[in-house]
Amino acid sequence: MHSSWWLSVLIVLPLLGAVVAMLVRKIPGASYAVGVGVGTVEVVVSLVVTSLYSSHVASAQGFDFYSRHVVSAPLGLAYDVALDGLSLLMVVLTALVLLLSLLGGRDKRREPAFVAWLLILTGLTMGSFVSHDVLEFFIYFELTLVPCYFIISGWGGKERSRAALKFFLYTFTASAFFLVGILYMGFAHQHQNPGSALTFAYSAMSGTTMSHSTAVWLFVSFAIAFAAKAPIWPLHTWSPLTYAEAPTAGSIELSALLAKLGTYGLLRFAVGLLPLAQVSVRPVMLTLSVIGILYGSILACVATDLKRLVAYSSLAQMSFITLGVMSGSTAGVTGAVLLMFNHGIITIGFFLIIGFLERRRASIQIADFAGLQRPVPVLSAIFTVTMMASIGLPGLSGFVSEFLILLGTFTTHAWWAAVASLGVLASSVYLLWLYQRVFHGRAEGTNAQIPDASPAERWVLVPVVVLIVVLGVFPKPVLDRITPSAHDLVTQVATAGAAK
Amino acid sequence: MIAATTLRVSIHYLAILPVLIFFGAALVLLVASAMWRRTMPTIVATTVSVATSVAVLVVTYFQWRCIDKSGPSTAVVHAVVLDGFSVVATGIIALSVGLAALVAHDWARRENVRGPEYSILALASTAGAVLMTQANDLIVIFLGLEILSLGLYVLAAIDRRKKDSAEASLKYFILGGFASAIFIYGAALVYGATGSTNLSSISYFLGSNVQLHPGLLYAGGALLLVGFAFKIAAVPFHMWSPDVYEGSPTPVTGLMASIVKVGAFAALLRVIISGLGTELDTWRPILWVLIVLTTVVGAALALPQRNAKRLLAYSSINHAGFILVGVWAGTARGSAATLFYLATYAPTVVATFAIVTVMGGVGDERHSIESYRGLARRQPWLGASLAVLLLSQLGVPLTSGFYAKYSVLAAAVDANGVALALVALLSAAIAASFYLRWTVVLYAEPDDAVDASRVVVPRATAIVIGIGVLVTLLFGIWPGPLVTLAQHATLYFTP
Repeated sequence: MHSSWWLSVLIVLPLLGAVVAMLVRKIPGASYAVGVGVGTVEVVVSLVVTSLYSSHVASAQGFDFYSRHVVSAPLGLAYDVALDGLSLLMVVLTALVLLLSLLGGRDKRREPAFVAWLLILTGLTMGSFVSHDVLEFFIYFELTLVPCYFIISGWGGKERSRAALKFFLYTFTASAFFLVGILYMGFAHQHQNPGSALTFAYSAMSGTTMSHSTAVWLFVSFAIAFAAKAPIWPLHTWSPLTYAEAPTAGSIELSALLAKLGTYGLLRFAVGLLPLAQVSVRPVMLTLSVIGILYGSILACVATDLKRLVAYSSLAQMSFITLGVMSGSTAGVTGAVLLMFNHGIITIGFFLIIGFLERRRASIQIADFAGLQRPVPVLSAIFTVTMMASIGLPGLSGFVSEFLILLGTFTTHAWWAAVASLGVLASSVYLLWLYQRVFHGRAEGTNAQIPDASPAERWVLVPVVVLIVVLGVFPKPVLDRITPSAHDLVTQVATAGAAK
Repeated sequence: MIAATTLRVSIHYLAILPVLIFFGAALVLLVASAMWRRTMPTIVATTVSVATSVAVLVVTYFQWRCIDKSGPSTAVVHAVVLDGFSVVATGIIALSVGLAALVAHDWARRENVRGPEYSILALASTAGAVLMTQANDLIVIFLGLEILSLGLYVLAAIDRRKKDSAEASLKYFILGGFASAIFIYGAALVYGATGSTNLSSISYFLGSNVQLHPGLLYAGGALLLVGFAFKIAAVPFHMWSPDVYEGSPTPVTGLMASIVKVGAFAALLRVIISGLGTELDTWRPILWVLIVLTTVVGAALALPQRNAKRLLAYSSINHAGFILVGVWAGTARGSAATLFYLATYAPTVVATFAIVTVMGGVGDERHSIESYRGLARRQPWLGASLAVLLLSQLGVPLTSGFYAKYSVLAAAVDANGVALALVALLSAAIAASFYLRWTVVLYAEPDDAVDASRVVVPRATAIVIGIGVLVTLLFGIWPGPLVTLAQHATLYFTP
């Protein structure tokens, strides 16, 4: 068991960084430097945590870096952190997203505030991924809305106010169901153990016995919150507007990172805490996922601007993740966790490139672009790699995760897997068509004039490409860390299902 | 025999000291202002108000120690109680009045409203509010209610030059009079049904007798509830509140929003839990409907508001619904949650109205939401303070408002009120949109059409805003002590 200080540092450092960034706001560029510095340290610490993590030494049900401190007993409030194979990659992703979105999405309008909000958002997201207490998770989860809201409404596009409000209200409303659900669970646990204090510790919650119908109702209440966040069809309607209106760094944070809070929450809390409900809700959730895959793909085909296209393709990808999460097989869950990471990286790549194009042309309409391959060979090459990874070309990262998900789902729910694999096909249609429209043909007028990626922009994209290739060719070290936790979860769910 | 018992009544002065101090201070100011050669300077009156509040806070400390040592007790022929709940509620009221007095001081100087009238009336009203938190008898509650209200009716029109204020005052007076009449009628019916107006006796009677014809009791209880619902502005008895909030001078609105809520909720809780507690299952469905209406309608009607004070009026209706959730639970957890909610809400709302007062400008008329455009860019501290206070009212984690909502909802879920908790939370989501819209206006780019001059924040008001924000953030990050205090206070609740 390793010290929980590593995780506390990951949470607290960005929050302190935000304060420092505001303190040095008078010095030009200083807060940006603070942000990048914190981002670098976060990446390093998260990599150290990754290498230290071992699912074998862990004693607390496969959780490492565990520690718990009760903050207020009557409220059941505690500071409780731990890490396992399911959250490990998310921690790395959170750190990477901060660093890359700062480096690639630099926004010089009121920079200190922007950097501070980004840092706060990172600290809170980090907190959600490492919290080992359901109430604590909820608090972080809910709090991420505030920095997001201010980032979108302060630095977004024309309709930013509406987009920010829609985003906030959607998620806030949906999470109301989650809060009531966890309160119900907490009191159910307390009533079953007379004399015990109110607690929302993950281990205590997972020991709560309940009837099948209660479990299903709780699952529904949890799933609503996470489906709105992910987003999963039919609670996705906030996402295209919000992604399109958010500034580049905001889009990256939202789709590469915060969306994962939804699928991660679904996996960790809805599936992990309510195994009894699985058998009943699985067909429904799998069907919603398949609908999401097809629906997202179709909308991506007809999208007219780049950000919306990526938003809809994200909808399809997120639905792939929920397919794996709900598949009830180790391969499916492992694939889902890996795809959360891979999709994060791929999305960073997409939004960075779109951001660079937007800087040059002040437009994200697909119709405004043509024949970019000649003027911007480097950007188009990197776009190709990212796109191929997203489509799932063997040898690139997307393939491994999608393959595992489809494989896992096929062993348990063959028909759903069969329909879902159409999504892979569809993604090649809309992405290749996009590539054709934007990069092929003859560049005329301003399109012919635009400069290729600057050295700084190239360097930002390097980690994206490296990760896409490395995780495509040699995913073993990562899979070795995810699989034991995924296996534990699936076994636990299966045992509870059999006991019923 | 009766005369003999009456003679032996010993009065526990510590129990009624807060009421005596507040009322005494009001009387002293009244007499002194008559003796003063010219108009008494506002600074004297304000100093007396603040000193009185501090004195009462000190007294509550000794009261708490007394309860800690010898347990809760009743005093003055069981008419008032000295228990943890009343002590903490008194403390909240004293704090709010002290803060409101500072805001009113700066406001009076700006508006050139001279004299000690505000302080006298506010202190007298406060005595009523404190009496309500301690009352153990329907008649005493009525007394408290009337003392509280009479002062506020006049305070609403304290700025005699404003027509709106006069209208608000008259409206408040007439409807308030109705509500008081309904309340006292309810008290009479309950007396008819149970043979007593004393809450302990009512509870004892109901516990030891079966009501074969409970109609009288139900009618009486329902009328009492209507009386309270009016005071806390629960839907459908809320009509007066937006007009009165808008028409009254802003510092008076702040005072009204804080002390009336605390006093009325404390008395309501005592009537429902300790007086009619055995009949809780009868009242719960009524309360349930009241809560659903109050939370949802309060939040929904706030949406189209463009005036900050009206918006806050509807927001306070929404909050009243949330506080009622704690009452509905009817458990120790529920009472503690109610107290915690009041303790966090009162300073927040006083500080919010302090900012609104400052923003109102000379004449107290600049209250459209649009006039806040770009405030946080011009004056980052003021803007950020308002943003924090609004987010706290919205119930964002890391502000005290979150734990307030959380604790009442937890109490409701604990008492099998999952649906109620869900409805209340969804109303909070509706409410979120107007709090957020206001917050966004604060950070929006300044508009040329709006008068973008900096507003002056007088020192006393700045202190109030600072305290409000500090309390909001402090208990948002570290709610433990206050939650424990609320819990202990409810343990010392006189049954």
